Amino acid sequence: MEYVAHLARLEFSEDEKEKFTFQLNNILAYVDMLNQVDTTDIEPVSHAIALNNAFREDVVEDSLNPELSLANAPEARGPFFRVPKVIE
Amino acid sequence: MELNQLTIHELHELITKREVSSTQIVQSVFKRIETVEKDIHSYVTLMKERAFAAAADADKRIREGDITPMTGIPVALKDVLCTKGIRTTCGSRILHNYIPPYDATVVEKLKAAGAVFTGKVNMDEFAMGSSTETSCFGITRNPWDLKRIPGGSSGGSAAAVAADECIASLGSDTGGSIRQPAALCGVVGMKPTYGRVSRFGLVAFASSLDQIGPFTKDVEDCAIMMNVIAGYDSRDSTSVPLDVPDYTAFLSRGIDGWTVGIPREYFIEGIDPEVMEAMKSTIAVIEGLGAKCVEISLPHTGYCLAVYYIIAPAEASSNLARYDGVKYGFRAGDGRDLLEMYKKTRSAGFGAEVKRRIMIGTYALSSGYYDAYYKKASQVRGLIKGDFEKAFTQCDVILTPTSPTPAFTIGEKMDDPLQMYLSDIFTISANLAGIPGISVPCGFTRRGLPIGAQFLAGHFEEGKLIQMASAYEKNANLEKRRPNL
Repeated sequence: MEYVAHLARLEFSEDEKEKFTFQLNNILAYVDMLNQVDTTDIEPVSHAIALNNAFREDVVEDSLNPELSLANAPEARGPFFRVPKVIE
Repeated sequence: MELNQLTIHELHELITKREVSSTQIVQSVFKRIETVEKDIHSYVTLMKERAFAAAADADKRIREGDITPMTGIPVALKDVLCTKGIRTTCGSRILHNYIPPYDATVVEKLKAAGAVFTGKVNMDEFAMGSSTETSCFGITRNPWDLKRIPGGSSGGSAAAVAADECIASLGSDTGGSIRQPAALCGVVGMKPTYGRVSRFGLVAFASSLDQIGPFTKDVEDCAIMMNVIAGYDSRDSTSVPLDVPDYTAFLSRGIDGWTVGIPREYFIEGIDPEVMEAMKSTIAVIEGLGAKCVEISLPHTGYCLAVYYIIAPAEASSNLARYDGVKYGFRAGDGRDLLEMYKKTRSAGFGAEVKRRIMIGTYALSSGYYDAYYKKASQVRGLIKGDFEKAFTQCDVILTPTSPTPAFTIGEKMDDPLQMYLSDIFTISANLAGIPGISVPCGFTRRGLPIGAQFLAGHFEEGKLIQMASAYEKNANLEKRRPNL
């Protein structure tokens, strides 16, 4: 639970941990039924409609200007997003 | 009849005859919103000023004779669709102040057709839910019984149409989020084929399952909305470059000689007896129209929910990684370092159901578990898709209940996620197989709650669904009722 929470960049209180562990175990027990299905030689389907890579012409198109790109930032300085320090 | 109670095609006729203006229609809709919104709470953000400005524009176009079937028609948008300059929240604290710098393709298309947007409507947080109880802006109530949920996740879109707080709306459907609330609120809702409608500007939940579709008061309106929103878009790489037919051409063709498949795995224990009764009456109506109903089998039906609850959370955990308090939305306090800021932001910004699904998805995709969960689920998904391919060699369309029960009461399933998930048990398969589905009203319970019938068809066969649903709607002789608000 703690390891997965860290991977997902989440943290939980002790109460939440207990409740979530119980609920997640129930869901995982439920999905275990898939082990009853024989899937030997079955191709996994990731998209229901098979499409090949969708490429467009390699030409420059309009994009968002820096001002618009930063308009929703919780914190920005100059043309940059501002974040707490990353390395010691 | 008030103008806000009419359909798109009825209003279009009045507009073309110059008997009413778009401004009058918009006035009627906002008057209704002022009266009932305190009880229903369909809307997260109202766009009143912009709506009246857009109505004035529409009226000018109408005077100039530049009229499409959508010109001047008030439409509500699920708050998962990006609207330039208008807050788009996904019902989440983490996006409570997000103002998109662009419009979703479907929004652009409706705007170009002359539609007038009334506002952004409520939903389960990030479209994860079946009851519209997980929005950070509070619950939406079912117009037919205020003690009950409207379904979800597009509960606001369904309730707004049912309560005549708009003429039509858009929602999104990842596991039933259009069809289930449409059924529970007594309106028409369609999930198109995966790739039929551009998802550009739809905030992503589970990218291989999400589709945008309309909520309307009847099947003709559904066809009109589909004509506007369907079609290829180079900005969505999963959009399919196929011609789009005129869906209104299917409305009066009838279903004489059709074969309708009734999957035996969908008529199981646990279906509400009144839903079962309504299904029997629906079958009788269809047979009266010259169609033959035959029993078919979709053998892997029992695994749909399990497959869905691996694939959808796995894709969600990846899609929702972008909410980190850096580029947009909510940021929590002052973390000591970047990692702590991420954790505090995400833990305070997401609600319980979203966190639950991120946890399941992260676990299923984590090192050493990928093959056991995601790969296995994707293989079973292939078998489910194969079931439908085989079934559609035996029948034109498939009929099932949309949801096993009518609307349940507020709070009833909030503590038991699995029970909540089961209310989508009949709708999830269409998302896994990528096929289109429509829910149409097929009667009421004795307590006066709406019941919905679901029709499913093969890939890109939305026309068949409209043909079927329209024939049924015209001949079912259902009692005309309105919610008592």
